[in-house]
Amino acid sequence: MDTKEYPAIWLQAAGCTGCSVSLLNAINPSIKNLLVDEVLPGSHINLRFHATVMAGAGAPALEVMVDTSHKKKGGYILMVEGAIPTAKGGIHGVIGEKDGRPMTMQSWVETLAKDALAVVALGSCAAFGGIPAAHPNPTQCRSVGEVLQAKGISTPFVNIPGCAPHPDWFVGTVASILLSGLPKPEDLDEHRRPKAFYGQTIHENCPRRAYYDENKFAKKFGDPGCNYELGCRGPITHADCPVRLWNNKVNWCVGCGATCIGCTEPGFFDIAPLYEKTSEAALPEEV
Amino acid sequence: MGKIVIDPVTRIEGHFKVEAVVDGGKVKEAKCSGMLFRGLELIMRGRDPRDAQRIAQRVCGVCPTSHSTAATLNLDSAFGIADKIPDNGRIIRNLILGAAHIADHILHFYHLVALDYVDVARLAKYEGSNPALNSIKSFIGRGELGPFVPRYEGDYRLPDEANEQAVAHYVAAFDMRRKGQEMLALFGGKMPHNMGIMPGGVASVPTVDNMTSFLWRLKELQEFIDNTYLPDVLAVARVYSDYFEIGRGCGNLLVYGSYELDGKEADLTKRDRFFKPGTTSANLKFSEFDPARITEEVKYSWYADSISGRHPSQGDVVPDERKKGAYSWLKSPRYSGMVFEVGPLARIVVNYIGGNARVKSLVDSVLSQVNLKPQAMFSVMGRNLARALETKLIADAMVDWILQLKPGEPAYISYKLPEESAGMGLVDGARGALGHWIEIKEGKIANYQVITPSTWNISPRDDKNQPGPLEQAITGTKIKDEANPFEIVRIVRSFDPCLACSIHLLSPKGHDLGKFRVC
Repeated sequence: MDTKEYPAIWLQAAGCTGCSVSLLNAINPSIKNLLVDEVLPGSHINLRFHATVMAGAGAPALEVMVDTSHKKKGGYILMVEGAIPTAKGGIHGVIGEKDGRPMTMQSWVETLAKDALAVVALGSCAAFGGIPAAHPNPTQCRSVGEVLQAKGISTPFVNIPGCAPHPDWFVGTVASILLSGLPKPEDLDEHRRPKAFYGQTIHENCPRRAYYDENKFAKKFGDPGCNYELGCRGPITHADCPVRLWNNKVNWCVGCGATCIGCTEPGFFDIAPLYEKTSEAALPEEV
Repeated sequence: MGKIVIDPVTRIEGHFKVEAVVDGGKVKEAKCSGMLFRGLELIMRGRDPRDAQRIAQRVCGVCPTSHSTAATLNLDSAFGIADKIPDNGRIIRNLILGAAHIADHILHFYHLVALDYVDVARLAKYEGSNPALNSIKSFIGRGELGPFVPRYEGDYRLPDEANEQAVAHYVAAFDMRRKGQEMLALFGGKMPHNMGIMPGGVASVPTVDNMTSFLWRLKELQEFIDNTYLPDVLAVARVYSDYFEIGRGCGNLLVYGSYELDGKEADLTKRDRFFKPGTTSANLKFSEFDPARITEEVKYSWYADSISGRHPSQGDVVPDERKKGAYSWLKSPRYSGMVFEVGPLARIVVNYIGGNARVKSLVDSVLSQVNLKPQAMFSVMGRNLARALETKLIADAMVDWILQLKPGEPAYISYKLPEESAGMGLVDGARGALGHWIEIKEGKIANYQVITPSTWNISPRDDKNQPGPLEQAITGTKIKDEANPFEIVRIVRSFDPCLACSIHLLSPKGHDLGKFRVC
């Protein structure tokens, strides 16, 4: 059987590389499977540009990106990690030069997204602006969706938020694109997150939920009880962490005794202070 | 005279550019630029001090644990509880930091550094039966070689068998570093960006189940470190032994120390730590470390000269984007006004000459295998070797630490938030000496300053025109082939730079495209 190659470009913008590190934690398929093997029988993701793992450096490495967007027009997947700085023409984030001028992350995203098959905004910074866009957003960071919209770019895109996102959310979304094509509108929620992973709140599946229902609240970390009064954002956060678990299923945020800080939600660092109880007015009706 | 521009420098964390002026086959001058600003310091101001730890951790997704540790020590000190953390909390913090440290160094050697020395493309002619290698062979056969090509060509020297083994270990190391993160998540909840460490201790009470699970993952990693990682570093070091003479650097080394062995001493500089704090220079004499001697200089950075030379607790950010001669958004941290390198090399050498018995005996036994003196550690290969050596030291020590935990007993204490206070958090993370400073006013963050290891290592010239450690390490290097400047990227990667860390704090007000391209 011939292997179909899906060229992919992974662009890092205003982020911390945490999303890439999270992907390295993928299991079944592992990162090695993703890089060299067929992610599904007959389909191989050909990761042509990823600054953290690629062998090459400098101009020849950048040429790969440009070359892919020309020769594989309409056929490559663009993955973006990090928010897009837009203040002062985007100069706070630069990757390489073109004709002696610095190429901003904003111009890379605009150029590459236009001709992509699909865009995956990976992590809360790419999906919603995340940390660098938190108040007062010093570099006017925007989400990938906002940048595409401002330019009228209509390439299909999906948001995979999380700080960092679970590797399964990314791998599952990409595998689903390869298996059954681009996500349909009904597969995504109002923030363009796949409902398969973000369809329920943390609170709905939390093993400490029974404590909440019985009004038994932890007063300090390490106590038994629901962590709601310690600042847990579980009731307003959409993700399947309590059932999926993290890092080969060994644990998750509330599992280690901490709170959920709401990292898959838009503007999560401005729903602060993080160690104070979420206002009851913000809770959804069904809680 | 020619100029080599490498932009982006890949297989590091972040957005980084190096320019080197080459004259007569030698680097005459090197300049380094970071290419991304996020302004996290400004985002911190006015927030609840406790949130600083969650935000600061997100400075970097590769070394979040170092930042979460430094931020937590900083807040403990500001909240007046630095000497009150329960032993369980202190030990679990060590285990979390140690697990990250091990995973980080394995990632660095195999996934960031190895492709400079190991030839993956040569696997096209592999004839053996290793399934991982055969899957790489068939990958190459399909003809789409990204992300392993393009690359620099012409200096892959490992013999076929050693090369094949190294590629097999490149694959195996993915699993090993992942297990390091799993180990961490047992107490930290998840990685990247652990949730367990917090002011007051850690969130979880240790259980026998978690301790056992941690211990057996650790044992698997110890086996890998002893039988694969350390031997592989030595094998590469033997074949590329000229790299013990390349990339010497500034010769001054600084260590803050890390891994708390004593929870009752509030002063971090007096506390008993596994890696002792201290400094040394080319004369290899040990000196005590004094945090009051740290300053940040800005003559060649886009900041007003009026803030130059300040201690970080008094640090400020006054951009001056039109400043003549400036070429970097990094400040230049200096110690007693001198250039200092931080990181694994510093930890190993300072602890070696400072009389740390464990360090001395391991270093002596390994250096005798490659027939080298401690001075040879000041080099590209020396840094890579120092990293492997300390990985072993930490892994071995963690076995003792895990058994000191008391299951079921508290790991956290409550505290009261101060209205006015100041704090300092110093730790040696995977990449070196990391400092966080906080000022609290009216119960909110008034100022937060970070000096990261990479800011020390890749800083620009200072007020006395002394180039930073990486700039010094590149300058004077012979370049065999300007089209394939292996020497430069190998030197850069031996420092394991972390760019998100180094420039996140700087205020990016009003500069223009032209100014940005000074480097």
